[in-house]
Amino acid sequence: MALTKQEWLALEEKANELRNLCLDTTHWAGSGHIGGGLSVMDMLTILYYRHLNIDPANPTWEDRDRFILSKGHAGIAWAPVLVSKGFNDPEQLKTFNLTNSKMGIHLDAAKVVGVDASTGSLGHGLPIALGSALAARVLGKDYWTYCIMGDGECDEGEIWEAAMAAAHFGATNLIAFVDRNKCMIDGPTEEVMKLEPFADKWRAFGFHVIEVDGQNINELDDAIEYAKTKAAGKPVLILANTIKGAGIAHIEGDYRWHYGAMDEASYKKGKDSLAQYYQARVARAEKEGK
Amino acid sequence: MAGGLTYTAVESTALSTAEYYGKALCELGDEHPEVVALTADLGKSTKIGMFGDAHPERYFNVGIAEQGMFSMAAGFAKAGCVPFVSTFSVFAALRAADQVHADICYQNANVKIIATHGGTSFGQAGSTHHAICDIAVERSFPNMTVIVPADGMETVNAVRAAYETPGPFYIRINRGFDRVVYDSSDYGFEVGKAITMREGTDITVIACGSTVFQACQAADFLGNADGLKVRVLNVHTIKPIDKEAVLKAVMDTRRVIVAEDHTIIGGLGAVVAEIIAEAGKGCAFRRLGLQDKFAPIGLHEDIMSILGIDSNGIIETVRDVMKMDFELDDNWDDEV
Repeated sequence: MALTKQEWLALEEKANELRNLCLDTTHWAGSGHIGGGLSVMDMLTILYYRHLNIDPANPTWEDRDRFILSKGHAGIAWAPVLVSKGFNDPEQLKTFNLTNSKMGIHLDAAKVVGVDASTGSLGHGLPIALGSALAARVLGKDYWTYCIMGDGECDEGEIWEAAMAAAHFGATNLIAFVDRNKCMIDGPTEEVMKLEPFADKWRAFGFHVIEVDGQNINELDDAIEYAKTKAAGKPVLILANTIKGAGIAHIEGDYRWHYGAMDEASYKKGKDSLAQYYQARVARAEKEGK
Repeated sequence: MAGGLTYTAVESTALSTAEYYGKALCELGDEHPEVVALTADLGKSTKIGMFGDAHPERYFNVGIAEQGMFSMAAGFAKAGCVPFVSTFSVFAALRAADQVHADICYQNANVKIIATHGGTSFGQAGSTHHAICDIAVERSFPNMTVIVPADGMETVNAVRAAYETPGPFYIRINRGFDRVVYDSSDYGFEVGKAITMREGTDITVIACGSTVFQACQAADFLGNADGLKVRVLNVHTIKPIDKEAVLKAVMDTRRVIVAEDHTIIGGLGAVVAEIIAEAGKGCAFRRLGLQDKFAPIGLHEDIMSILGIDSNGIIETVRDVMKMDFELDDNWDDEV
């Protein structure tokens, strides 16, 4: 079922709250992976507030949907979501990255409630998600496994090992995303290590590819809804074209904001920018929503 | 041990060690629907393919892609399955070290790695296929239990123990046939407990895997020829190590030799050395194995002979160490 305008607006409000919490956390921690955190936030929002069948009161419920953040360095975006959903104490965000905190750059499944896999070493998340998806088949369960990868991460050979295997084993209960923000630590992806023709590569590996604007919650929702019909008969890759640092004008699209520090001035500027961004997003939902 | 795992002595000489593993895994699969098996195009070589024949819906051959396979195994385990994963030891320990470290050990995932072609047992394949430092790597990962069975029966025991004990396991077995050490699985195998193969008070030989049989042969020969009472310990579990058995050997015999099909750096010899050093109990001590060198190409038994970890090599080293008069020697000039 497509989003109603009201549902879309409610999700925009939540995404705005989470973007702000991501910026706050970066500020409290002094620095963080805010660029790739903000680019992935709409995907996290639609998954956690629309699709994931999970229960914060029973985080290890065996029939829950699984979510693997393969681009584990976006923990600074994921932690606010897990707090907001009620899995973890909100006060923990203020300790992010501090010595003995439960929350560090890459979220640890043993310490942060609601984390299904401790990621961080790139390339591991997709095959872990595939194992989870195939386990559902073996155990006779009908949960979904979702996985979000970074685009630079797709330089890793292990991603393609898993892509080949997902198609081979017909893992139609796996829904994968790539956060295509076109940036990596050392520069634009196409300069550091060319990925294009990227969608074709996924198709060649046996995926049904849906390209969307990754900063459009409605498009993301449609793609996930389609994947869940299993109509493609193969695993689905949602190629989400995003903007690194989406929502904060002075860092948007700049690969140097892979990891950065937010001083007081930059933080204030960021908060103002996020407010403006939210207004524009609401205006779009008002205009395009049905 | 649980399970009806008694094979006859006839079977025990007719089955390769990996075939014992394959049989044991099939039985576990019959008993437990959550057991799954993964391999990377080595179903036949590692004998995990026997499970695939019995339970095709729970068998995943991922092709020649070890890294993805170990990550997938972690995903299976986190979802409630008990994955057994088999490939050659060198690929499990080195090619997929990051995946085993981050996805399996860091997350304490219930994954059982049964790594075949351990040590120099695939001798003719050369050093790309020799696992000379897998024990060093695996034992350095927190949460990992490391077992090197002496033969087929011990492999059966180790595999069943791995199923019954939550957490990651690395079990290293050899290619082909091992010399038979146990003709029944009923000899009191316990994870983390060394087995005294021969009692002795003059010197102790500590062994694991293929050197256990060799050490027993050496002890028997030295008993007859030299009148020496050689203790032999089968330290099948490298981690958690049986510290008590090692220290008792140090105390009782004051002469210790470790023989293993592995580099002397980081393996069983190194574990024993660490225990001795930290205990502050001196003893005459030698590590036999690869002396920071790659192994030659050849038959496993020939390589073992060249490395001095076969019975003849152990006999020679025992005689050498027996000559050491370490307790009365105050002169450190030749030591430093």
